[in-house]
Amino acid sequence: MNSETAVQVVNLTKKFGDHAAVNEVSFTIKRGEIFALLGPNGAGKTTIIKMLTTLLKPTSGTVRLCGYDVQKEPDRVRALFGLTGQTAAVDEALSARENLLFFARLLGLSTQAARTRAVELLQEFSLEAVADQPLETYSGGMRRRLDLAISLITRPAIIFLDEPTTGLDPRTRQQMWETIRKLVAAGATIILTTQYLEEADALAQQVAIIDHGKLVSLGTPAALKRKVNKRKLLLTVANPTQANAARRLVKAVLKEPVQRTGKQIMASLSDVNDVATVLNQLKNEGIIIANLEIKQASLDDVFFAMTADKTSKEGK
Amino acid sequence: MQNLRKHLWRLLANTRTLAYRNLLKTWHNPDQLLDVVVQPVLFMLMFSYLFGGAIAGSVHNYLPTLVPGILMQALLAAATGSGSLINEDLQQGVFQRIKALPISRLAPLLGQLVADSLRLLLAATAAIVTGYLIGWRPAAGFQWVIIVVGLDIFLGWTLSWIFVLYGLLAKRATMVESMSLMTMLILIFLSNAFVPVHTLPPLVRFLVKINPVSYVITASRTMLNHGYWSTSAWVVLLAGIVVLLLFIPLTVFVYNRKD
Repeated sequence: MNSETAVQVVNLTKKFGDHAAVNEVSFTIKRGEIFALLGPNGAGKTTIIKMLTTLLKPTSGTVRLCGYDVQKEPDRVRALFGLTGQTAAVDEALSARENLLFFARLLGLSTQAARTRAVELLQEFSLEAVADQPLETYSGGMRRRLDLAISLITRPAIIFLDEPTTGLDPRTRQQMWETIRKLVAAGATIILTTQYLEEADALAQQVAIIDHGKLVSLGTPAALKRKVNKRKLLLTVANPTQANAARRLVKAVLKEPVQRTGKQIMASLSDVNDVATVLNQLKNEGIIIANLEIKQASLDDVFFAMTADKTSKEGK
Repeated sequence: MQNLRKHLWRLLANTRTLAYRNLLKTWHNPDQLLDVVVQPVLFMLMFSYLFGGAIAGSVHNYLPTLVPGILMQALLAAATGSGSLINEDLQQGVFQRIKALPISRLAPLLGQLVADSLRLLLAATAAIVTGYLIGWRPAAGFQWVIIVVGLDIFLGWTLSWIFVLYGLLAKRATMVESMSLMTMLILIFLSNAFVPVHTLPPLVRFLVKINPVSYVITASRTMLNHGYWSTSAWVVLLAGIVVLLLFIPLTVFVYNRKD
């Protein structure tokens, strides 16, 4: 393991009884990288994060953060990272400033240093105006900002973000993305979990897809998307009597299986340029459409593709 | 040696910060303290005026028996609160965050319990002051009141560790409360706190005699009424230390295993 490696995970496994929540997962994260763990609810993402942050003991396998083994030197490891959990882990009974001071003191800052750092972070996360108000008055976005601010008190080298944008509105999500990019620009390594393909795509240099505790796929977002080229064309005809004619036409142009449900026609679309041909021919035939939609591969499709792939391989 | 001193220093610093946080929480929500103050006042008034005549002939004659009993009951009730408080903390996400910090593993629990000793002190004060106001006077003088309160708070504090263990093991805060209430009621009513032991049937008398709370109350009465440190007092002190030696490691172990 060289000094360029921030996180090294080898054959990490966690069993609860007979059930393997995390099964032989391995990956390496370079310093300064954003690494996304992508997967549906219950896939094992949070369990992985817990094992990486000393909160849960692995059944087997090893985890090293900046070269330190999380099981052998938990104390050293805890000083290396900041953790922002799934639900805002802030003390509801205290104000934002009190929260920051409390955690800064626990992290070993002197009273004076803690005060200075709290002010810096309150400014950085635009919480200065509300710093001394009770947290009950805070919005979800403000809580998340405070939560992240607490993780950054000691400017840790590694930052874990467990579903940092789940439940946030689009604008706040954009702000969170900006903050994450800034942190990386300042030299941090980030490990985040997400259910959104879009988020992993927008932020991460490396994406690990987790399903049923297993690492299904690991690579750059572009490589991932190439693997699952599952764009779909969705057409709705205005007149139900023309639906069958439209279906035949789409099938002839795209040369893919086509499904029809009522007025709606759905087909896989490998080349976007084919849409023009479909539209032209529909017009020539006098078929009027009410709506047209191109659906990008969703996470469901990715999983479906990945797991279907695997079962067929295993079958052989 | 150097290392040990560093660890101890960190334990102290972390505990202080965590205790301060708990006190700050209480400062923001002082109503948390209402029950520990109101309960001893209510019980003192009810028991003395309702049962004083029946048990001891008059309210005034009952007070030397009753005051040490209510004092211990107030402290037990306040000690059960620690369990509910820790359980509430576990339900919040902040618990995970504290656990992932590079701090002493003992500090989160110790911090809470140091802060909780304030609750114990308030409960004891409420009991003693109410007793005084309705006419109780410590026969052996006030210095013995301070010693008794000190011993009782120590025992209440050691029992807090058991209630905290409840708090860690129970799924919901309501579970903790009902379990704690039951334990508290059994401990206090199956003791010599409120009734003369010789009036009890043999089996109950046996249970009362082995109840540790009876030892505390006997010791307290001896000190308050006659002014000396009895064997019972030594038993209480020793029992408290044994409880601490057993339950601090056990509770800390359970706390750190929890996720």
